[in-house]
Amino acid sequence: MTKADVLGFCQRYARNRAALVALGVLVAIVAVAIAGPHLLRQGGPFELAGPPFQPPFGRFALGTDMLGRDELVGLVYGARTSLVIGLAATLFATLLGVLLGGIAGYYGGGADEALMRLTEIFQTIPSFLFAILVVAILSPSIESVIIAIAVVSWPPMARLVRGEFRSLADREFVQACVSMGMSDLRVIALHILPNCLSSIIVTGSLLVATAILTESALSFLGLSDPNVMSWGFMVGAARDFLQRAWWLCAIPGVAILVTVLAINLVGDGLNDALNPRLRHL
Amino acid sequence: MSETILDIERLSVDLPAWADRAQAVTDVSLALRRNEILCVVGESGSGKSVMARAIMGLLPAPHLRASAGRVLLDGEDLLQADAARMRAIRCRRISMIFQEPMTALNPVKTIGAQIDEVLAVHTDLPRRERTERIAVMLQSVRLSDTQHLMRAYPHEISGGQRQRAMIAMALILEPSVLIADEPTTALDVTTQAGILALIRDVQRSRHMGVVFITHDFGVVSEIADRVAVMQHGRLVEFGDAAQVLNAPSHAYTQALIAAIPGLTPVTRPANETAPLVLAVRALDKTYRASGSRGGRDRVVRALKSVELTIRRGETLGVVGESGSGKSTLARCIVRLVHADNGSVVVRDVDWMRLSRRQLRAHRRYVQIVFQDPFGSLDPRCNVGSLIAEGPIVCGVPQADALARAYSLLELVGLDRRAADRYPHEFSGGQRQRIGIARALALDPAILVADEPVSALDVSVQAQVLRLLADIRDRFNLAMLFITHDLRVAAQVCDRIAVMRDGEIVEQGETARVYADPQHAYTRALLAAVPGRHWQASAARSVAAGSASAFIEHHGAP
Repeated sequence: MTKADVLGFCQRYARNRAALVALGVLVAIVAVAIAGPHLLRQGGPFELAGPPFQPPFGRFALGTDMLGRDELVGLVYGARTSLVIGLAATLFATLLGVLLGGIAGYYGGGADEALMRLTEIFQTIPSFLFAILVVAILSPSIESVIIAIAVVSWPPMARLVRGEFRSLADREFVQACVSMGMSDLRVIALHILPNCLSSIIVTGSLLVATAILTESALSFLGLSDPNVMSWGFMVGAARDFLQRAWWLCAIPGVAILVTVLAINLVGDGLNDALNPRLRHL
Repeated sequence: MSETILDIERLSVDLPAWADRAQAVTDVSLALRRNEILCVVGESGSGKSVMARAIMGLLPAPHLRASAGRVLLDGEDLLQADAARMRAIRCRRISMIFQEPMTALNPVKTIGAQIDEVLAVHTDLPRRERTERIAVMLQSVRLSDTQHLMRAYPHEISGGQRQRAMIAMALILEPSVLIADEPTTALDVTTQAGILALIRDVQRSRHMGVVFITHDFGVVSEIADRVAVMQHGRLVEFGDAAQVLNAPSHAYTQALIAAIPGLTPVTRPANETAPLVLAVRALDKTYRASGSRGGRDRVVRALKSVELTIRRGETLGVVGESGSGKSTLARCIVRLVHADNGSVVVRDVDWMRLSRRQLRAHRRYVQIVFQDPFGSLDPRCNVGSLIAEGPIVCGVPQADALARAYSLLELVGLDRRAADRYPHEFSGGQRQRIGIARALALDPAILVADEPVSALDVSVQAQVLRLLADIRDRFNLAMLFITHDLRVAAQVCDRIAVMRDGEIVEQGETARVYADPQHAYTRALLAAVPGRHWQASAARSVAAGSASAFIEHHGAP
């Protein structure tokens, strides 16, 4: 990567206005998740701050929930949970997908057959039910939610990487490397992987969005760490009081919507910037 | 003088802002007469295909658009015609055939259905009459067994049959103008000869005007009545075929014609005492693909007991048409593909008996130069590290390997500053030079060149061939040269092996094989080389002086 490459990348990304706005939103969410808990008053998201069912824009900026917990504090801590789980689960899913897809794609033959059948087994199980099952078995905690989401979201990554590796392994520049006597590991790490990194990044960014949605759904059902505040939990806990205090569901719901949308748009922008040839002609 | 049916007046086509020049076609005026074949010749990037698409209204909007000029078909300006009008004109009055019939035909519809669609759209003939007409048309493009063919899908018939079916589809409404965009470039020489004869015959019998776009002066000499030469989007020469081919007036035309390799082998004294570097014995390779229909496996015997030897400093050419197994042979020798049986002995070591680890240490002695100059270099590595990587893997210190990369770059005619740049910054010919430098970096004993000049323009081709011959002599390399082009083979090969269906049918000294071919297939291949009757010598004597001056002036591409 030269300086000109980086500049060109930024220019192509900036051409997609929606992605630019989304990037701003995402940076703001990340900043809130990192700095927010330090700026708010101590006590954490489960502290009873005032009377229950306070509407927004009163003493509490976003009101309080049915137990009198500050909705804004919950939202800020929830951002942290959502992002950490989204990123960690995606990281594990990507590592697993690249490893298995890479082996299947590069070596082909029996390894390919076996790994792809395995992938299909995972793909045929309804992924959300599977995630619930994993969390239920491992008992709800941050770690088990991350594992559950990673376990259900690696197959598409593995398939993508397998396809890319297969077509790259047949390319002449890879064959030239093999004929120069390079080891498989060197060929894969230095020549094949860098050439499919852009697709992996784009798919990975979209996986983060899916992971956040899955986490929200799990915690909505109460299958998340009970000691950690999360957006899905907030929606789930407030759903019984929907007619009396609709904003308790709407506020974390909108937070989920905005975050997932922003990540998707950023993924789109990355796609434009990393694969410029797809757009031209 | 017959009347003009297609008149291109001062046509210009603009390129989008990111392109390397402003216009694909600049101010081109051409007139096509009834009953003639007008060849438009040019190298890649000359704008010849864009011009053809502009005539048909097939420019990829919104990136390319005709910005000036007129295209008059019987007095009507096609550039002003709206979409509905163009649809009525296409196929009925002006048709087009393309380079690759496999992609130009719809793979999920039968040949009969695709031709029938043209008739159904443009006429209101009843089905029975349409079918009869298609059968007659298919016969007139010399396809036999038309009933079977109409029910066949494109992948079930050969490349030559597909191109004939394309021509049948283009001509079914009896248009007065046919535009053929490199229609034989993707075909084997023997098939090409048949298609050229067919186009000539249907043109004569139907009194059509044909715009025939090609890069190959051999093809031009076979069929052209008049020739237009294009360079960088401009028309540089336009005249009768005999005049352009035998007494070209523009320096560019002269250079192009002079760069066409001759069919007379260049002979060198053979050195019978040089040690054997490569000996291939009884090499077999069979590909099995599990059949989709009926469960029967499809078995292709790509190599059948192939035997060959190469001595130090010698070049063996392997020629053959597509599917003859010549590329499989190259890949088996480099061990990118594992042969089933036989032996590949390189410098007295049988590669077939080596373990994976041992093989890796031996690989440096056999290096390969690939066909595709765009796919054979890792786009994410700079040129210096591309060349130095092989030696570094073999244990050469990084500084030494880079120093050697610099000197190799100079050896292949590039500047050492090229080392810091990336492959996409170079032209096809330059990339091929980089590929050669990379292969040489490991000091191989054998260089396997798999169609190394097939993807290059003819003027660049000559230079890369010269470079390969020069390197072979300088390092006393053994070279296995795979090609489908008998002209190219004549320039560099000491001996020739002719392959067909995985077998070597004839092998011998190049001069002997060309002068006195023993096998019927060799004779057929030689007879099919386009333009072999056209003596380039006349033009060459005129052009020789100015051509070399032209190439020197423009530098190595």
